Amino acid sequence: MKNIPEKGNKQRLLPKHLAKVVALLLILLIVSIGMSLAFGSRTISLEGLIDGLFHPSVESHEASVVRQRIARTIFGLICGAALGVSGALMQSVTRNPIADPSILGVNTGASLFVVCGIAFLSIHSPSEYIWLAIVGAMLTAVFVFGIGSMGASGATPLKLVLAGAATTAILSSLVTAILIPRTNVMDQFRFWQVGSVGSANWDSVHIFIPFFMAGIVIAILVAPALNALALGDEVATGLGVRTGVIRMLAAFAGVLLCGAATALAGPIGFIGLLATHLIRLVVGPDVRFLIPLAAVSGAIILLISDVCGRFLGSPGELEVGILTAFIGAPILILITMKAKMRTI
Amino acid sequence: MMNETMNKIIKARKKRRNRYVGITIILAIITIVLCCTMMILGNTIYPVADVIDVLLGETIPGASFAINEIRLPRTVAGLFAGFAFGAGGYIFQTMLRNPLANPNVIGITTGSSAAAVFCIIVLHTSSTVVSLAAVVGGLVTVAIIYGLSKGTSFSIGRLILIGIGIQAMLNAFISYLMLIGKTNDLPNALRWLSGSLNGAELEMTYPLIIAVVIVTPVLIYFAKQLEMLELGEQAATSLGVNTNKTRVILMISAVLIIALATATTGPIAFIAFLAGPIAQRVVGVGFSNILPAGLIGVILVLGGDLIGQFAFETRYPVGVITGIIGAPYLIYLLIRINRKGDI
Repeated sequence: MKNIPEKGNKQRLLPKHLAKVVALLLILLIVSIGMSLAFGSRTISLEGLIDGLFHPSVESHEASVVRQRIARTIFGLICGAALGVSGALMQSVTRNPIADPSILGVNTGASLFVVCGIAFLSIHSPSEYIWLAIVGAMLTAVFVFGIGSMGASGATPLKLVLAGAATTAILSSLVTAILIPRTNVMDQFRFWQVGSVGSANWDSVHIFIPFFMAGIVIAILVAPALNALALGDEVATGLGVRTGVIRMLAAFAGVLLCGAATALAGPIGFIGLLATHLIRLVVGPDVRFLIPLAAVSGAIILLISDVCGRFLGSPGELEVGILTAFIGAPILILITMKAKMRTI
Repeated sequence: MMNETMNKIIKARKKRRNRYVGITIILAIITIVLCCTMMILGNTIYPVADVIDVLLGETIPGASFAINEIRLPRTVAGLFAGFAFGAGGYIFQTMLRNPLANPNVIGITTGSSAAAVFCIIVLHTSSTVVSLAAVVGGLVTVAIIYGLSKGTSFSIGRLILIGIGIQAMLNAFISYLMLIGKTNDLPNALRWLSGSLNGAELEMTYPLIIAVVIVTPVLIYFAKQLEMLELGEQAATSLGVNTNKTRVILMISAVLIIALATATTGPIAFIAFLAGPIAQRVVGVGFSNILPAGLIGVILVLGGDLIGQFAFETRYPVGVITGIIGAPYLIYLLIRINRKGDI
């Protein structure tokens, strides 16, 4: 990839609106972080917000509410970013526009392993069952992709989606079968059925960070090679890319990110799909830009959905997973409607 | 020469006809056996004579309550819902010429559930209106999915993908409704979300029974045309079938019985998906398989419920059992279709 002549082509390598898009996304990100800190069952004034964030000495009620919301906001931020990047990676690896952890059933795989952990191994702390979730997510991803890519035409969107739906059906039946006789596990697990960042605290952030960093670093490292992969396996091999290794690494990072997010927040679907498609629409298919920008927009989508959920569900809260499904599923429909017959 | 060939054809037809009748009778016998087992087995096992006495109106302390209030409603609900899911699912699969295109996968049952839950939680309507709303919800979902997937050229793959997208949205909507719902409405609404024969009441099965009794002859009457539809749209048109009219009638009938079955037992996983392919396999092609598919639906529901009730220490609702049995078959089918390379 580095052999591309520098002069003349440099202009073309940078997407047209990159600067504008980055600026817009950063503004949106700051606004959504502010909203996440300020809105909720109690709305905070701008003054209180600034006090809470920048004047640790101020002990007003508003300031302390803001401080309590910081952990949740940071967690939402990394969770959204992780899901965004995970979607971008999975779409690149499978060369498939609708790959998303929720559609591929990876979330349910993580759920099943966590439920088994709680029920049979009496594991109770998130720092332990995050590993289970990741293993479950990986096994499911391999299984679904294996079934979906059988046959001559490879992994078409329809095959992958159906394999994902069938796998989800089996896994969720098993989850129910394990839960029914064990009411105590059901209580622990209930918040998990729908993804939510409401119960997040500093512990969740601390547990998440190492996985998040590992996933993001791998994603950024493999991005240039993924670009080559998009040209087809032969071309990529010709460019000196070891396709098998790159695929493995990218898939590993993608599953790591969504498995960790699912372990801590429950299944939150469609963020990867939504973020990646929005970004691809404005900056084009270059994976090097796609990954960081999908991270930022994933974070924005999750934070804004979370804030909306606080209003729609009041006096309680509407879990963020419900909202993202409602906004994200139409994107799936739109992609399908636009797609050409043979590519489905 | 001509006569000989004719004779051969007639003989072959007869043979298939006999096979069809024979298998249908065997299925009916299995169904009756399962119904009897449902009535006899329970916390206390009552002899057949007692069951018959109670059903004829005699009062036996203990047995009367268990049989009239618990086992009879359960059996009746399973019987008619199983038939409705099996026959309705078969209609969809045949009409769309793809075993994967069934009401569960493309989200029609979810449409019914969403409409019903909306009526229960937001509008607080009577149960008749709820059932009606479920039928309308199912039909609207079909219309939306079909409309969106038409596009430049119709493809079954697109229809399934759009159905899955719609289903995700409807599920999100249902979750939202469950969240804002009042606690005392929730048990009522939960019935729509998971398949189970627990808590079935005889009065609640009446709309379903009436619908199945009326719709089944309609389906069988149109079965011949359905068979021609199976040959493909063009062939059917050239054989003089008004394809659009037939499609609409069949679709409405199928959605009607499936929605009412969902109203009675909740969406029991995979019955609508499994019954058709199994019927095709045991009966073979050549005759319309509505009756066998319906009977296989009943056998799956009642068998699944018996397994769920008695095979394990914990009692599982029938939907969990059919989910665990049905999903692997779906995967097997996918693998087979993918190998052949045509969805």
